Amino acid sequence: MTGTFVGMPSFPAFPAFPEAAREAVGDGVLRANLRHATHTIRDKRARAVAELADWDRLRAAGKAVKDHTLRHLDRYLLQLEESVTAAGGTVHWAADADEANRIVTGLVLATGHREVVKVKSMATQEIGLNEALEAAGIAAYETDLAELIVQLGHDRPSHILVPAIHRNRAEIREIFAAEMGRWGRPAPDGLGDDPRELAEAARLHLREKFLRAKVAVSGANFMVAETGTMVVFESEGNGRMCLTLPETLISVVGIEKVVPTFRDLEIFLQTLPRSSTAERMNPYTTMWTGLGPSRGADGDGPSAFHLVLLDNGRTDTLADEVGRQALRCIRCSACLNVCPVYERAGGHAYGSVYPGPIGAILSPQLRGTGSEIDASLPYASTLCGACYEVCPVAIDIPEVLVHLRERVAQGGPVTREGVRVRIRPAHGHTAERAAMRAARLLLDRPAALRAGERLLARARRLRPRRLPGPGRAWTDARDLPELPPEPFRDWWARERGGRA
Amino acid sequence: MSSRDRILGRIRRAVADGAPDPAVPRDYFQVHGTRTPAQTADLLAANLAEYRAKVHRVDEDGLAPLLMRLLAARGAQTVLVPPALPPYWLSAADPTRIHDRAVSTAGELDRVDSVVTGCALAIAETGTIVLDGGPEQGRRRITLVPDHHICVVRVPGQVVDSVPQALRRLDPTRPLTWISGPSATSDIELDRVEGVHGPRTLEVVLLTGPAE
Ligand code: SF4
Repeated sequence: MTGTFVGMPSFPAFPAFPEAAREAVGDGVLRANLRHATHTIRDKRARAVAELADWDRLRAAGKAVKDHTLRHLDRYLLQLEESVTAAGGTVHWAADADEANRIVTGLVLATGHREVVKVKSMATQEIGLNEALEAAGIAAYETDLAELIVQLGHDRPSHILVPAIHRNRAEIREIFAAEMGRWGRPAPDGLGDDPRELAEAARLHLREKFLRAKVAVSGANFMVAETGTMVVFESEGNGRMCLTLPETLISVVGIEKVVPTFRDLEIFLQTLPRSSTAERMNPYTTMWTGLGPSRGADGDGPSAFHLVLLDNGRTDTLADEVGRQALRCIRCSACLNVCPVYERAGGHAYGSVYPGPIGAILSPQLRGTGSEIDASLPYASTLCGACYEVCPVAIDIPEVLVHLRERVAQGGPVTREGVRVRIRPAHGHTAERAAMRAARLLLDRPAALRAGERLLARARRLRPRRLPGPGRAWTDARDLPELPPEPFRDWWARERGGRA
Repeated sequence: MSSRDRILGRIRRAVADGAPDPAVPRDYFQVHGTRTPAQTADLLAANLAEYRAKVHRVDEDGLAPLLMRLLAARGAQTVLVPPALPPYWLSAADPTRIHDRAVSTAGELDRVDSVVTGCALAIAETGTIVLDGGPEQGRRRITLVPDHHICVVRVPGQVVDSVPQALRRLDPTRPLTWISGPSATSDIELDRVEGVHGPRTLEVVLLTGPAE
């Protein structure tokens, strides 16, 4: 089976989850950083959500909007294409990462410029755009503070929302002092590690780039079919800079990000910020429709806008009745912050730009389960259900995990690059060994589960009793997918004498 | 076959299983709670302040002196002015007015100390002001590059309670910028720091008095 390549080509192959996780679990600094971060956001989020008495209704509405859109995705994409074009934009379609990279590289080269500023975007990380641009002699500068830290540190992002969550202030100071000068304005002499000082150094370093940039690359959180409106949520203002100042704007967006109407945004404008940064509203949201009424003539916003619609495994995911719900994801990262496995293993262990519970179901679907890392991901979970409970679009992540475990263990029909194929069980292959090691890693680490246990009692009532369709036979034959009748910790205490 | 046709074909085959097509339940609230206009303005002020915007309240007569004081307190030498800002707003202010023109470069805007604008509307429940590039607000870039933004909101005419109410009043074809507090980051150990890239100081003036 061939897998669509999604990932970061300039880095060596990812180890399977258990190897990477084992290393992370042994890293005390990393674990302390992660624990502090995830717990802080998680507690704040609960308060922000509790403020809205209609949260459950917003969640149901968000889920329904996404399901409805996915059901008619062809129609809404065509409508979007028409409205963006009518508003002066140009729409491109990319079946996979290579094609998207080719399109963007070609568009940048055609401008005659060799530098682009970038708004944090998971889609462009997924396709390895920065590396593709670099290979074509184009320098791509990440402008989000955390992405800058990651980029300067020759590192990989480890969290959807706060990609440098694994770095503490001392490490960030080191990176700035050592690397900024190689890319532009150097860090000031005697830079300290106070977050205020570090942010100021980043402000000066990046401002130089914003003010001269002629080409910007972004993603988008939402695209509105009815009007052609693109929406970017952010906090720092780097997004506003990139979306406003350059002459050419190129947005690379997954096809699942479309919503039918402008009105639909009222749901996600309420649920996304609260789930994500735990705020009533994120500091900045930018919306633009093509080139706007003035068609860029007044120098407000780009004079050329290109939208690249990206498939790269999404239509294959859509073809899976159980797994397609992963396409509802609005990338809020709430599921990461409640996940006991993520908290211990860290984002890098998931071997993709999509870490945590959502990564565990999205990557093996976008890329297929052919590689060791992708085969191990469905096992990188305790199935405690906390991720489902916080998800603002009600993705039943445990259900999809169990479904994907079945695929790894039993094989069966899947769609790859639009073609229905049957994959063989992973028996005896490296994939299955990786999967089993992932499961064992979790069972060997009771402390990793404890946080999840507290949620388990509440979550259990939300779990499907039995898998639908072909999964049923599998759940009948195996113990793993069903939540145990007693909390894991009780079982552990009984079976292993409470040894932790 | 073009990629467009290939992708559309894959989608059509993928959903040919007759997946359910749920109706979207719209039973979520259009507004959270009932408030008098005065309570709505209070909520807006409280939520703006919680996100570290500085909030001032003033009537028509007090506006020009207040704007003068705010600019003086910053030591602003220059202030950017959108094309149709009512001239009396800045009639008492000393700083040199810089009129934004299409040819003004980002570098020129970067040398301006402050900017004063109106807004399209403000949302009380979230503490958000929304700009739509109207003549009292000017181009997107002028509220972005200078370090100090003063935004005047007419109360009650420009204030709505909730996000759904706001969307109904906005025109999606206009360039929309939603602002909730000054630029901020929590990327370093989750310590909130104001003003990484956008203005570090946002002052919101709630202007009461006869609308328009
Ligand atoms: S799966 Fe749900 S909780 Fe996780 S990032 Fe996506 S929308 Fe957020």
